[in-house]
Amino acid sequence: MKTTAINGKTAKTATQNACKLCNPLGACLAFRGIENCVPFLHGSQGCATYIRRYLISHYKEPIDIASSNFNEETAVFGGSHNLKLGLKNVSQQYRPEVIGIATTCLSETIGDDVPMILKEYKAIMGNDEPLPVMIFASTPSYSGTHIDGFHAAVRSAVKTLAEAEPKKHLVNIFPGMISPADIRYLKEIMNAFATPFVLLPDYSQTLDGGPWAEYHRIPPGGTTTRAIASTGGASASIEFGSTLEAQKSAAGYLAEQFGVVRHHLPLPIGIKASDRFFAVLEQLTGKSLPPAYEDERRRLVDAYADGHKYIFGKRAILYGEEDLVISMAAFLHEIGVVPVLCASGGKSGLMKKRLLELIPDLEEAGIKVRENVDFVDIEHEADELRPDVLIGNSKGFTMSKKHDLPLIRIGFPIHDRFGGQRLHHLGYRGTQELFDRIVNTVIEERQKSSPIGYTYM
Amino acid sequence: MKEEIGILEGRQSQVFEKKSGDEQQFDIACDKTSLSGSVSQRACVFCGSRVVLYPVADAIHIVHGPIGCAAYTWDIRGAVSSGPELHRLSFSTDLQEMDVIYGGEKKLYRSLIELIDQYQPNAAFIYSTCIIGLIGDDIEAVCRKVAQEKGIPVMPVHSEGFKGTKKDGYKAACSALMKLIGTGSTEGISQYSINILGEFNLAGEAWIIREYYEKMGIEVVATMTGDGRIDAIRRSHGASLNVVQCSGSMTSLAKDMEEKYGIPYIRVSYFGFEDMSKSLYDVAALFPDRPEIMERAREIVRDEIRKYYPEMQKFKSSLTGKKAAIYVGGAFKTFSLIKALRTIGMSVVLAGSQTGNKDDYERLREMCDEGTVIVDDSNPVELSKFVLEKEADLLIGGVKERPIAFKLGVGFCDHNHERKIPLAGFVGMYNFAKEVYESVMSPVWQFAPRKGGLA
Repeated sequence: MKTTAINGKTAKTATQNACKLCNPLGACLAFRGIENCVPFLHGSQGCATYIRRYLISHYKEPIDIASSNFNEETAVFGGSHNLKLGLKNVSQQYRPEVIGIATTCLSETIGDDVPMILKEYKAIMGNDEPLPVMIFASTPSYSGTHIDGFHAAVRSAVKTLAEAEPKKHLVNIFPGMISPADIRYLKEIMNAFATPFVLLPDYSQTLDGGPWAEYHRIPPGGTTTRAIASTGGASASIEFGSTLEAQKSAAGYLAEQFGVVRHHLPLPIGIKASDRFFAVLEQLTGKSLPPAYEDERRRLVDAYADGHKYIFGKRAILYGEEDLVISMAAFLHEIGVVPVLCASGGKSGLMKKRLLELIPDLEEAGIKVRENVDFVDIEHEADELRPDVLIGNSKGFTMSKKHDLPLIRIGFPIHDRFGGQRLHHLGYRGTQELFDRIVNTVIEERQKSSPIGYTYM
Repeated sequence: MKEEIGILEGRQSQVFEKKSGDEQQFDIACDKTSLSGSVSQRACVFCGSRVVLYPVADAIHIVHGPIGCAAYTWDIRGAVSSGPELHRLSFSTDLQEMDVIYGGEKKLYRSLIELIDQYQPNAAFIYSTCIIGLIGDDIEAVCRKVAQEKGIPVMPVHSEGFKGTKKDGYKAACSALMKLIGTGSTEGISQYSINILGEFNLAGEAWIIREYYEKMGIEVVATMTGDGRIDAIRRSHGASLNVVQCSGSMTSLAKDMEEKYGIPYIRVSYFGFEDMSKSLYDVAALFPDRPEIMERAREIVRDEIRKYYPEMQKFKSSLTGKKAAIYVGGAFKTFSLIKALRTIGMSVVLAGSQTGNKDDYERLREMCDEGTVIVDDSNPVELSKFVLEKEADLLIGGVKERPIAFKLGVGFCDHNHERKIPLAGFVGMYNFAKEVYESVMSPVWQFAPRKGGLA
């Protein structure tokens, strides 16, 4: 495949092999983490179907996303009729407790006033049986990326449901877009601290659940509406995501509205970032680190020692969502791997700043940061930077194959391997898993490239 | 507690169950846009265009709009190429808010010029997405300008997602192809020649089919669009016959070519021994002045069936009596699948499609056994209902249908764009039987709650 420039010319205007997805995808994913909720896209049928297919290929679970199914008339006269009919049909077919509505480029461009339409719908339907809760997120695909849609949906859920309650001992966790395995791990940690908590969104079961004895309209699991309502009375929120700003976040809303203290942290990947997370938990709960996690940390430090020589000075290209890249870079930095390029299709404008906070010697360490790039840009960088390994989602495989570079798959999507939903990234346990995989990738490359056939590495 | 799964009021006319007696009123509704809120398995107009044109490997395909449509269709089909692979790259104008306000024409123009300079393609396809239909970009004008400057065909594809259904997307793709056809030289094309239409070379299927026809002594001028090349498409009007598979997507092109160039067409299917053989015989029969073509067709059929039939008997003995549910894109495929499943002893309890028309469903009704459910433009709730109620052992569909089967402890066969194993041709029938056998007979289902495992 010829992807390098011919005649030295490289196309810059178009996005080639995008390193990002669109806004509504993130919203649908977040809505999947609310109990008894059906995601609903206000736009063309294709948006819902493409996003379903994209998510299903990673999670291997049924993911129903309704659509208001625009046609030409809808586009001319507005989406009000279709949206109302769609809500009615979804309510009838799925009997949801919540409908999570997100817009698309189409409904945003024609200027549909969705909150107004929802108000009208409630007024028309008001006398019937209780209506589902409707959570609305504005997610035009022409601005931001999937991660913005994700946060918009979480913030909107809290905005819609959170109530002013007397302060109680309760911790909110807004972990951002992490794997179902990571969510389960966070819940396990909170239970070990014996602290009441609300984690939103929780798709650990809806997107990684068991077999069905009978048909479920909506897969079991997810954060309950009652729990979301209680977030207003929490004593504190922990929110991951280095570039996530308070005015766009759920914890930011709760801080502003109900005075719930926002502890804003990078995704806890690596020992330092995990220590920071556990320190906040110790502070909030007044309890010390449970022994099981002390053990995890000890094993991890021991593993760092056992594995350090294989990986020292190895060069990695990191790509994906900005927050994941930032935390991964800090982790690589603490184990002696150089993230020679930290790349993202996102463009918060904050990536370098946040990286500098975690890695003050960023420039001297030879770490390049690039926002708003696509995979062809990253490939060009790879020509120059000569990395040993690529770390990111499975969409880097095209580049990995062409440049004959090993790819360590993390995050979302992982479309070409099995079990992406069960990968850990967070805390001591996730870091251990990542560390083992990185060391083994290097070992495997060495073993493969040696003619001797070493059986001990 | 088991609850009854109902069907939405607005959907009931699109579901039909065959009952005893011929007098039953059959008036299934189809050919309409999906019901809002019903969670259709269909995609949109853009999807229809994109799947048809995608395999053209020496052209660049630029999606004009925000990033989603391009991101979700990057390298999406298993359509393989024997040469260039430009189709596997994803290009988007990635429109931002300001572009939506001020228009995207300039960005499209610059994108095109730069990409053509970089990749030197033989043509470019420009897909309009939803908001292009709203912001009023003059795509035609941009395409004309770039075509003139760069000296290659630059084809607009009017595929705004909301302007109809997937079928309208097929038509838009066919009109783009129609603009190319007739622009190349037909010199040296044999009168014993065909175009293969509606074959997308998933897992190399077009190569298998092409080889059969070539063995018969027939020249294949162009496959549209599997392993597609612009030059071949441009001279495809020199062929004597169009052989159309996947009739939903390509019949309109065949009709246009018949009207404009007088090329007759036949509809075929390459799935299953029966239909595969027929598609060779039907083509041979249209070249009666060369009886050796028919002779060779018979040889191929005999040799191939001799090769695969005995091997398949072990699958058949295990699968006999098992029940299958089919839900695929085009109805034409369901006809072949019903026959193919019967070859391996299986019956069909559900037959449905995203885009079938009245004639298709009438034919399905004739083919199906009593008790079979026929459904148009279905959704996950309905599909689950029928899989459960009809106690299917197998579901045939695409990625979106797969988790429904697996959650309910039912085998699955992927008969969609993403397949990696050829299911067309005689070898394809063998692969199909093997895949069905491996999924239906897997020991893992013993743990499924519906088969006696723990819930």
